[in-house]
Amino acid sequence: MTAPIVVFFVLAALAVIGAVSLILQKHPIHSALSLIVVMVALAGLYLLLGAEFVAAVQIIVYGGAIMVLFVFVIMLLNAGVEEHISVSKMAGAPGLLLVVALAGVVAATIAQSSESVQIVPQTGEISSTLGISNMIFREFVYPFELTSFLILVAVLGATVLAQREKS
Amino acid sequence: MISSLSTFVAANAEIVITVVKIILLLFIVLTVNAYLTWFERKVVAHMQSRWGPHRVGPHGLLQPLADGVKFLFKEDPTPAGADKFVYYLAPLLALALALTSIALIPFGPDPIRLFGHDIYLGIAPPDINIGILALFAITAMGVYGVALAGWSSNSKYPLLGGLRSSAQMISYELALTMSVVGVLLMAGSFNLKRIIEAQAGPGLFGWHGIFGWNIWPQLLGFFCFFVAAVAETNRVPFDLPEAESELVAGFHTEYASFKFAMFFIAEYTSMITVSCLCSIMFFGGWLSPFPASWTLTHYLPSAILIPFGVWVIFDGMRYETVFGRIILPGVGTAIAGLGTIFVLLPNVNQFIQGPFWLLSKILVFLFVYVWMRGTLPRFRYDQLMAFGWKLLLPLSIVNVIATSFVILARMTWGPK
Repeated sequence: MTAPIVVFFVLAALAVIGAVSLILQKHPIHSALSLIVVMVALAGLYLLLGAEFVAAVQIIVYGGAIMVLFVFVIMLLNAGVEEHISVSKMAGAPGLLLVVALAGVVAATIAQSSESVQIVPQTGEISSTLGISNMIFREFVYPFELTSFLILVAVLGATVLAQREKS
Repeated sequence: MISSLSTFVAANAEIVITVVKIILLLFIVLTVNAYLTWFERKVVAHMQSRWGPHRVGPHGLLQPLADGVKFLFKEDPTPAGADKFVYYLAPLLALALALTSIALIPFGPDPIRLFGHDIYLGIAPPDINIGILALFAITAMGVYGVALAGWSSNSKYPLLGGLRSSAQMISYELALTMSVVGVLLMAGSFNLKRIIEAQAGPGLFGWHGIFGWNIWPQLLGFFCFFVAAVAETNRVPFDLPEAESELVAGFHTEYASFKFAMFFIAEYTSMITVSCLCSIMFFGGWLSPFPASWTLTHYLPSAILIPFGVWVIFDGMRYETVFGRIILPGVGTAIAGLGTIFVLLPNVNQFIQGPFWLLSKILVFLFVYVWMRGTLPRFRYDQLMAFGWKLLLPLSIVNVIATSFVILARMTWGPK
């Protein structure tokens, strides 16, 4: 096994373990920490694919800003340990079915691809910072600007809602 | 055994070099940290007409050592009801992230050629494409150490300190990131080496040297960056997370012994990182402030080191202790000898120019940190928030817009 494959499996295992622990942990803070592990492991996977910019932004935005807000809110509300109630059978059966279906789809896709699974680093135009900014600000500039407008509306909406409660 | 070891080293030279560099840098950073506390206490003391530490060793030079031993041997209680895992994780996270960010700083432009390998100063190679972004990514994670420490201690003052600091760090991170965009626009890269090379000039009035640095066109950006960076490192006047008159010691109230020392080292390491970043982004990094034609300035390192070494020798003589009589003169001789080597060997002198200027700039910024601590009172919490959101962030955005307009105008009308 070459070094990138080893790193890939370590990061993938971290991501999966983090995701499972996110669900199983009883305390909200522990769940949030697990989610941070998942985010950072994903960033590592992006880095392995040669997408440096995306990896850094993944950590800054998801690992940093968003998860800090999660942790902040959990701390502020002083959320305690959650009670685990027994899973309702009505929800359990379709859930199990969905898991089997998803696993089947993934397995089928892997089986169909003729080549063995490989890590292909993208070193070309697309993954570099220059390539990404060319995409965002040339090719897809209108969708991009529309999205930012949408986010602005959402921010204003949140501010208005918060203000109304105050007065 | 020895032959197998040598073949292993030969086969994995890159890894071995990196590990050695990590160990060396760790040693240097931790030592510098220890003496930074001494430096801070000394400077603040003299600003307040006191002597500062002066009992342990000449000029209190052994005080950091005594403090370190004290940290190791103190009782280390864990508060009742603390979340054990997170409580232990928090200082580890703070320290690890602070030390990782230093690994990304390039300390010199040229590699040393040793045993057939080019060895760069600094752990990471100097031309990482996302250098500054990676640093911000690590800074962004730094909040967790403080926030989790406050939360996991199961105590009210740490919780309040942790909450305050998360809010403060989130708020100032925006201004911190926005304020460097101007520099990035001018360099056209996230790469720290490129950012430094872009400052070689010609700058103001078409002059080289100090006039090429980003500080002139990016004065506003520097102001925003430095203020936001001080806030990110939780130093005076932004040390609200540990405002001792209100919160005992803030987020690390319940931490004792070496776990407290870890937070302490993390804070001082972030100070060093911020000083490195200030020098690299705005003050030309390893570039000399003088034009390249002033060859006489190449002897400046020696001109500082030799007199300083001689002074240390004679100063040590005044003490009737082993440390004063033997170690201080020894250190002085080493420093003066280093200065002499630089004079005698032009190659070595050429090589140390970059690191010399970078380290001098870092030292100046560390002094500014301490200077501010000795001068400024603490912000009130609402003032802090208003300052960050209503002044710093808009100013940094104005800086970005103005810089991009100037660059656009130059591209359109300027000389090709």
